[in-house]
Amino acid sequence: MSKKIRSNPIGIKLNRRTFLKGAAAGLAAAALPIQAAEAFSWETFLQKHFKEMTDEEIKRVIERLEKEASLEWRKEIHISAAKAKPGVKFGYGLDLSRCIGCRKCVSACVRENNQSRTPQVHWISVLRFKKGEKWIDLENSEKYYNPKLVPEEGHFYMPVQCQQCENPPCVKACPTQATWKEPDGIVVIDYNWCIGCRYCMAACPYGARQFNWAKPNIPQNEVNPETHYLGNRPRDKGVVEKCTFCIQRTRAGKYPACVEACPVGARKFGNLLDPKSEIRYLIENKRVFRLKEDLNTEPKFYYFFTGWQV
Amino acid sequence: MVDAIKVFLKSLIRLPKGGMVFYAWVAFLLVLIGFGLSVYAKQLDRGLIITAMRNQVSWGFYIANFTFLVGVAAAAVLLVIPAYLYQFKPIKEIVLFGEMIAITAVTMCILFIMVDLGQPLRILHILPKPIGMMNFPASLLAWDVIVLSGYLLINSLLVLYTLYRLSVGKEYKLSLVLPLILLSIPWAISIHTVTAFLYNGLSARPFWNASILAPRFLASAFCSGPALMLIILQLMRKFSKVEIDNKAIFKISELIAYTMGINLFLLGAEIFKEFYSGGIHKAPLEYLYFGLHGKNLLTPWMWASLIANITAFIIFLIPKTRENFVTLNIGAVLIFIGVYIEKGLGLIIPGFIPDSLGEIYEYWPTNTESIITIGIWAVGALLYTLMVKFAIPIYTGELMAENRAAAQKAK
Amino acid sequence: MKIMGKLAVIFSVLFLGGMFFLHSSGAEEGVPKLIITKPRTSENYPCSKCHKYLSVNKTKRKLITSHSNITLKHAEEDRWCLDCHEGDKLKLPSGQLIDYDKPYILCKQCHGTVYKDWKVGIHGRLTGMWDGEKVYRMCVTCHDPHQPRFKPLEPEQPPMKPSDIK
Repeated sequence: MSKKIRSNPIGIKLNRRTFLKGAAAGLAAAALPIQAAEAFSWETFLQKHFKEMTDEEIKRVIERLEKEASLEWRKEIHISAAKAKPGVKFGYGLDLSRCIGCRKCVSACVRENNQSRTPQVHWISVLRFKKGEKWIDLENSEKYYNPKLVPEEGHFYMPVQCQQCENPPCVKACPTQATWKEPDGIVVIDYNWCIGCRYCMAACPYGARQFNWAKPNIPQNEVNPETHYLGNRPRDKGVVEKCTFCIQRTRAGKYPACVEACPVGARKFGNLLDPKSEIRYLIENKRVFRLKEDLNTEPKFYYFFTGWQV
Repeated sequence: MVDAIKVFLKSLIRLPKGGMVFYAWVAFLLVLIGFGLSVYAKQLDRGLIITAMRNQVSWGFYIANFTFLVGVAAAAVLLVIPAYLYQFKPIKEIVLFGEMIAITAVTMCILFIMVDLGQPLRILHILPKPIGMMNFPASLLAWDVIVLSGYLLINSLLVLYTLYRLSVGKEYKLSLVLPLILLSIPWAISIHTVTAFLYNGLSARPFWNASILAPRFLASAFCSGPALMLIILQLMRKFSKVEIDNKAIFKISELIAYTMGINLFLLGAEIFKEFYSGGIHKAPLEYLYFGLHGKNLLTPWMWASLIANITAFIIFLIPKTRENFVTLNIGAVLIFIGVYIEKGLGLIIPGFIPDSLGEIYEYWPTNTESIITIGIWAVGALLYTLMVKFAIPIYTGELMAENRAAAQKAK
Repeated sequence: MKIMGKLAVIFSVLFLGGMFFLHSSGAEEGVPKLIITKPRTSENYPCSKCHKYLSVNKTKRKLITSHSNITLKHAEEDRWCLDCHEGDKLKLPSGQLIDYDKPYILCKQCHGTVYKDWKVGIHGRLTGMWDGEKVYRMCVTCHDPHQPRFKPLEPEQPPMKPSDIK
């Protein structure tokens, strides 16, 4: 090739050497920010899917995760791997004649489940409707109502969260099986397996799934240290999360945080397979419906009515 | 075999050498890629929050580009059928370049998926056991990975084989190639059908959960892909020694007329169904063309796209305008823009508007998303440029002639 | 010192126990076992503290000299104080007197449907263990018997709009 430098209208000395140099410099400059990003660890990269791990492997992974989390949040974090109890299938009831739209369930959930404050993540959305107007058409709902006092005259409220479907479309959609239905009916996510493709979010008819668009930020003193691997343990950016019926509490026999927080007792929870539970009672004795039942997702979140709203 | 390798190596060595236009073009693309890479590094660091995607609209510009490009990749088959099956000579000669467009398009698709992932390092989880835990056959995304990889493989094999035969001055052996061709035709249709089913199967999104979606995808793919090809083929004709018969170009434009006709008909069918029945699920279409509750960010774009498509349809339908290169190129550009808007903004975004809980979040890509997108298109352009530059000397027989001349001289 | 420690434990238990009156009422069928009730305000109980020396005035009127802080908004058209209160007990419509520690017996006379729901845990707030000890509440823990309707309260902040999340 001729060593003659080709001149051109731009006026820069453009020959193969100079543009190769420039390209190399450009790529090197681009590589610098990548080094500043989070440190890479082979153990994390090669971690197996939760369902494939033996109990021993789970123990070791949890030890590593607990150490990392405790270091990051400057608090001793416990991660449980409690399995589903046999003979249990969780169900949820929501008394629409009682909900006053106070959103105490939303904030209790945020605190219990270590949801990011900035950017904000809410697992529960409370929708407000006008009495007498279209209800099934959720386009008529208002999520951002901000009155001085609730409940407001002429309105009613409907909280929505993960419905823990028996026939979950999100589980069908996930390309890596990072989300699946546990034997006690809770649909869970392995946050270390999720690739963040968000197909499950497109598949969910209830807007239940939230994505960590950035690294979650929680005030250190508000971090809840009692966590579950499949539930409220500290998550990373780029993974999907959602309500898990407070798996860390319910597998230990306690009520979910939202059930306990509701000041008017609109939230009910229990074991669908126990004929004496309150959830069974309300399904068998009250008028229950579930959201978007025509989609055949078989939610385990039942809406019912006991009386007129106070 | 040895001769073929010699020819391949020669072409490879000559790859970085070229005229001023070549250098300027490659430099321009490298600058765009550089920008894209540095912005992507920022996205890796900060997370996808630097895009405009949020929980309400969780798929955006990246997936819109992916969907459009799967269509372009599938459209390469439109050339393959007449070339191989009907031995229509003018197209037979250029099918190689169509297949290379397919390879480029699939590569860009893969890149768009990678930049859209929240945890790209975990992409291996999508492979079957024991490396990953692919959710086959339940997840349509798993199907998409399989068919796209397969399509990439088929087209790469076809291109390499054709070039190999050309480098020794022979025509491809139909008996060897036929099984691959017979496979590639339904395969090409299937990549776009699987991509359509990806959206179609979601009962949560009534805008996508319509049986008309897969046919619409195919119709729009089969007019936008060839439109792109028309432009590229003319460029190649201008800047290289490749000869392309006008007859090939006009045949492709005729086919585009029919596919665009079908595309417009299917759109009309959708519009009729939603607006005449008037149920609540007409909301996304209403948002696109008329605005919904005062939100109308996309309406000017959708009308522009519709006008572009109808104009292009008329141009390609009338033989006089179809065979006039000025109007032909205007038509090709119009189709490309029209279908790009229709398939990207007009298909992905309204699936999420209104969202599952009835909320309207008006999505518009951020600058960072656009820069990364342009960077990936630049990667595709660079890849195609280099592939074509590699292939043309072999295709025209130039290198082979050189070798023969050198061999003669040596004797 | 050890004794001090033990005494401290006993006293704190008693103190805490005095804060919530945890009742066990297995006497009636189906009534929940574990019930929390509000701590009683001491100043007006027992009623006989003052009323032992006062004469009974059964005229329905608005009270001014005492108990003026209580405004009845609970079927006040049809009833007044002495329809439910008599001496140191609560009075049922039949005239039967019951103790203050089981007010639900009075409430259920009119609110039978709510009582049925409350017994199985459908009405009212439940905390504790879903497969163990469920902690119920007395009617009066949440509802002021004189103004049982809940006052509207201040809602928590609305969620951030997606365009505001940066």
